[in-house]
Order: sequence, then C-alpha cells, then structure tokens
Amino acid sequence: MDNIWQDPDILAVTLLTVQVSGVATLISIILGVPLGLWLALSDFFGKKFIVSVVNFGMGLPPVVVGLVVSLMLWRYGPLGMLGIMYTPWAMIIAQAVIASPIVAGLSFAAISSLNPNLRLQLISLGASRRQANLILIREARLGLLAAVMAGFGGVVSEVGASMMVGGNIKGQTRVLTTATVMEVGKGNYDTALALSFILLLVAYSIVAALTYLQNRTAK
Amino acid sequence: MRNKVLKLIGSMVIILMVFGLTACQKAPKQQAAQNPPKPARPEVILATTTSTQDSGLLDVIVPAFEKKTGYKIKTISVGTGQALAMGEKGEADVLLVHAPDAEKKVVAGGAAINRRMVMHNDFVLVGPSEDPAKIKGKSVIDSLKAINSVKAVFVSRGDDSGTHKLEQKLWQTAGIKPQGTWYQEAGAGMGQTLKIADEKKGYTISDRATYLAQQKNIALQVLVEGDAKLLNIYHVMEVNPDKFAKVNKEGAKAFADYLLSDEGQALISSFGKDKYGQALFTADGGKTEKDFGL
Repeated sequence: MDNIWQDPDILAVTLLTVQVSGVATLISIILGVPLGLWLALSDFFGKKFIVSVVNFGMGLPPVVVGLVVSLMLWRYGPLGMLGIMYTPWAMIIAQAVIASPIVAGLSFAAISSLNPNLRLQLISLGASRRQANLILIREARLGLLAAVMAGFGGVVSEVGASMMVGGNIKGQTRVLTTATVMEVGKGNYDTALALSFILLLVAYSIVAALTYLQNRTAK
Repeated sequence: MRNKVLKLIGSMVIILMVFGLTACQKAPKQQAAQNPPKPARPEVILATTTSTQDSGLLDVIVPAFEKKTGYKIKTISVGTGQALAMGEKGEADVLLVHAPDAEKKVVAGGAAINRRMVMHNDFVLVGPSEDPAKIKGKSVIDSLKAINSVKAVFVSRGDDSGTHKLEQKLWQTAGIKPQGTWYQEAGAGMGQTLKIADEKKGYTISDRATYLAQQKNIALQVLVEGDAKLLNIYHVMEVNPDKFAKVNKEGAKAFADYLLSDEGQALISSFGKDKYGQALFTADGGKTEKDFGL
C-alpha cells in the first residue's frame, strides 16, 4: 500500500463503508423516526419510561452492541441459521441497533420542541390527525435531518462493533475504521492517516449533502 | 406544503436506497470474477493471531490458496487466546495459532483435530538502547531476572495472545511473579504494544516479524535473541467436524493441507525476503515439536 490513492482496495473499502453505514442509517430512519414521532405525539401510561429507555439507548456503547450481536449471530447462536456472521449484513444490523435510538431520540426531541399549541390549533382549524402530523413533521424537518446526520455520523465512525461482527475481512467486511485500526497494528501510520482522511471526507460529504437539503427546505 | 415534505423524504430515501441496492449487488459480482473450481461450501472461517495478519503473510497465502481452490477464506485476526476460544465453540473452521500448550488442551478437549506444525519464527526481547537492566547478550531468563531486580519498565501484551502466553511462561520459569508499577499490561496487539514500550522506554517481548514491520516507527533495539526458549511455533488445526456439524470440514482441510503443501511452504519461506532482506518465517512442514527438543 505504498501509493494509497491508486489502490483499488481502498476504493472498495470506502464504498463498503458508505454502503454499510448508509443502509444502517436507512434502517434506523425507518425504525427511529416513526418511533420518535409516536412518542412525541401520543400520550399513554408508561411513556416517560419508554422515552428514558430511548434516551439511554442513544448512548449505547458500540462494543456492547457488537458483543451481543455476535452472540446472536454466531453459528451456534440463536440466529446462527441465518449465516450472516462476518458479512456486511451483520455490520448493518449492529450499526442499525446503534443508530436507531439516536434517530428516535433526536426525532422525539425535534417534534417535542415545537409549540404544543400548534397541534391543537391545527386540529381546531379542521385538520385531520394525519394532516396535523404531516404538518408537524414539516415544521420539525430541521431537527429530523439533524437526527439522521447524527445517526449516520455515529455509525460511520464506529469501530468496535464493526470489528467484532464483521471481522475486518479483506474484500468483504473491511471498512475505513477497521482498516485504520489494522494499519496502526501493522505500524503503517501513514496509511492509517490517509484512511482516516478518507473517512473524514466521506463523513463530511454525506453531512454536507444533508445540510444542503436542510438549508433548502428551511427556506 | 406537503409536497415539499414528501420531496424531502423521497430524496432521502432515494439516496439511501442507492446505497442499499449497490450493497445487495456486490456479492454476486465478486463471485462472477472467479473461475477456478467451485466447492460446495466455499466459505472457510480462519481464526488466527494478529501476527500472521500484521506481518502481511496472509495477504500472500490466502489469495494464492483462493485462486487455486475456489474457497473463500474469511480471516478473523484476533489473539491466539480468542482464536482458540472460537475453535472451542465451533465458530471457526480452521485455526492457525502459536501457543503450543494451549493448543494441546484444545485438541485434548476434542474441539480440534489434526494439529500440524506449519512454520516458526522467533521472539526477540527488545528494549531501549540505554538498556537500564544491562540485559544485552544475556539469556532470556537472566534478562527477566535483571529487569525485575532493577524494576525497569516492562510492557506486556496482557491480552491472552500467543505472545502473552509465552511471556508468562518465561516469567514463571524465572520464578518471578511480575507485578508493580514497572510491569505494565497493554491489553493490545503486538504493534501497539511495541509502540507503547517505545514511548515508555521499556522492554517487551515481540515476535520478530512484527518487530521488523514496526522498526521504522520505533527506537527499540533487539537485546536478546537466539535463545531456544524464544522459538515461536505455529500450528494449524482443523475444528472437529464430529463435534460441530456446522464446520466446513472440506474447506478447513483444504486450507491446512495447502499450508503444508510444497507451494504453501515455499510461499512461507520466501515471505519477507524482498522487503526486509530476510525471511520472516521458517517453513516447518512435516516436522514435529520433537525436532526442536520441546
């Protein structure tokens, strides 16, 4: 890896990083945003408890997630028949578990921070429940996009769980963070630094794209 | 108004779906690139020590093996302790490790079979050039005693790896129970441990391959080498398919056989010559521990 910029392996590693973290973020949006909305817009017994669990989940240590997902996915674990340990799918699952509470928690906060009277007013003006919810989502869109960015940022920079469930296998599950750790182990600090730079670049590009979207919709 | 929300959500979903779809397409593309024989179960999980990966040896052997046989090796590079544990739980198919005593226990327990010697290199005792314990040229055991008596900083792997196990055995042989602020457990891989020892101007025990790979980053010198107690012998073992039905028995055997084949042994004995001017490993196919008087 003397000339890292011309190494096709690096491109594959970068691509896989974006794919794994992208799909994990997508899953966390599908799970997290509705959960956050539901918590913010409904009232029921035990809601405070669920909110506290979600907030706790935002700080879920990735290594714990990695360990538990490993135990589940191992050949002789309860989900061993899926045969996805040490594949990108295992990494996606682990990362989605890490990101979902972040997205849910921040979505909840974004909707909750709206003026509570807004909803009452919308309903009094004759909006249906669904219409009112859609308008609230629109009003909270900046916060929701921030939630997505935080989720993506959390998983793309994650290393412990990806190492445990992916195994850092060359050409299969090697992503930028695990490759960086490996290069440090090999003593190739220059390559590790270059990989870190690519990781920063990837993280920034995605966040910049989402920020652009945020600004545009902010109007 | 609602249009905008939908547009926003839509564009987000599209961006992420593109990632998703390309992720799904990736696997078949890779398979299509291969044309050699197609084994029934191509995936083989190799649990091994960090030194085989960090030295770069596996980057040479694994592609050659895959090209020849069509198997796909999944290298999980962890400490020898963890690699053996994976074998004991049936989570790996084949093990390439370097901790003879621990290996024998795994074989005796029935989790692994067909333990065969593959290669060796040697460990070196490295330290700062000032050499505060004056160990240069001494035997390993005398060196450890000297380090203990002056309480010079010694950095241990502390991670249950093969290197760590050997180090502990050496302390035991020297009759010392290392403890105190001078004895520091890094809990890290070899490369990282060498770096820590270098920063703290301490001593440590390293396999030669990792030391040579790290040499450009550190000032530590080889102070003790060539002692018979410092041999670092690697064995390959297949995880017992009679005990764990999910093990890829054919793949494991094929990889172990390849390591011991003329081709595999030639790759091992020439590895490192171009980069370091010396081979990092000595191929030992067909030998047993008796040949080394162990």
